[in-house]
Amino acid sequence: MAACSRGLDKIVTSLRFCRKLQHQNERVFSTSACRPAADSDPPKFVPPSKPVIVDKTQTVASMRKFLSPEFVPPRQRTDPFKFFLERKDMIRRRKMLNIPEFYVGSILAVTMADPNASGKTNRFVGICIQRGGKGLGATFILRNIVNSQGVEICYELYSPRIQKIEVLKLEKRLDDNLMYLRDALPEYSTVDPEMKPVPFSPTGEVPLNQIKVKMRPKPWSKRWERPKFNIQGIRFDLCMTPRQIEGAQKHAQPWLEYDMLKEYDTTKLEEQILKEVQQDLSK
Amino acid sequence: MAFPRFSPLLAQTSAVFQRNFSVSAAAAAIQKMTRVRVVDNSSLGNTPYHRPPRVIHVYTKNSVGKVGDKVLLAIKGQKKKALIVGHKMPGDRMTPRFDSNNVVLIEDNGNPTGTRIKVPIPTSLRQMEGDYSKVLAIASTFV
Repeated sequence: MAACSRGLDKIVTSLRFCRKLQHQNERVFSTSACRPAADSDPPKFVPPSKPVIVDKTQTVASMRKFLSPEFVPPRQRTDPFKFFLERKDMIRRRKMLNIPEFYVGSILAVTMADPNASGKTNRFVGICIQRGGKGLGATFILRNIVNSQGVEICYELYSPRIQKIEVLKLEKRLDDNLMYLRDALPEYSTVDPEMKPVPFSPTGEVPLNQIKVKMRPKPWSKRWERPKFNIQGIRFDLCMTPRQIEGAQKHAQPWLEYDMLKEYDTTKLEEQILKEVQQDLSK
Repeated sequence: MAFPRFSPLLAQTSAVFQRNFSVSAAAAAIQKMTRVRVVDNSSLGNTPYHRPPRVIHVYTKNSVGKVGDKVLLAIKGQKKKALIVGHKMPGDRMTPRFDSNNVVLIEDNGNPTGTRIKVPIPTSLRQMEGDYSKVLAIASTFV
């Protein structure tokens, strides 16, 4: 009761104060009991502040596990110690230069040191069409169409000439090898050099671009319709008759997937190498 | 710049899938009898002719032309020297590989015939500053 009367007093004094200030506003404040002191502005609905949920479960453990394919050694008769030493050198280079996670089909911008270029650096933006090589000699090819001329540059990931690698758009495609873009319509290989980086999250799945590319008329540089290349990302129905597609299937080798000598299961090796690489990088 | 009719790289607008001649996938550097694409804006390189410009001699020791080598072309029934500014053959790492064999027409003293090159030029040409400085001056973009 006492509190209410105190509140009433406050309201009355503040009302008088408000009336003095506000001449335009004809609103009458209700003198209901225990009402908090009115503001000088009309009461605007202020929604209650949303509780900020800090998801402490999203730790390093939930980050997308990615091991760059050049870390996985090929199946050879060399001593694993050689690959171990190579990995150490690769990690040393990675500590100097941040080589981000990217896949074939992502759009990258690479700045490299060039003694002949003006300003000594050369920036090239392109779509990654192939990642080859293992160990320190790992390469990736970026393709772009500049002034209606198709240009491809094969960069070495661990070359000291590379100053910066930025991923402008991280995405995967239906194939591991996009060499068929050379025979596709130029719109599929054009990348805007002034493109802004598209933000992507370090957790969750990498977006898969299901685009199926339209090709130029044949002849192509390689017979992409043949099952040997196993290409999913071309619209064959637009450029070939069903008879031609059937004829290409004649070159299939269905026994290859059952060939036991060609099996190379890298899952355990990858886990081991990933653990080793993550430990070394965090040192 | 008008593309010559013969180029198989042109996207044909007709739905006919016929070819008038067979083309082999080019993976070699420029040598005798290669058809090249003239990329400057000279009249000799851009006016259409029923035969594409072909290389008839390469001025190197091993008759294989890479970027920066001089060649002799047969264009429109005349002989003309030219400079190779890009080829389809993959070269060293970090050097660009173009989708067509590009060539810039040149005089005997090294001066370019055209006045502008719209197509990107590899930066390795800058090393030959003395001989081809005028060609570099008319180039618009470097890759």
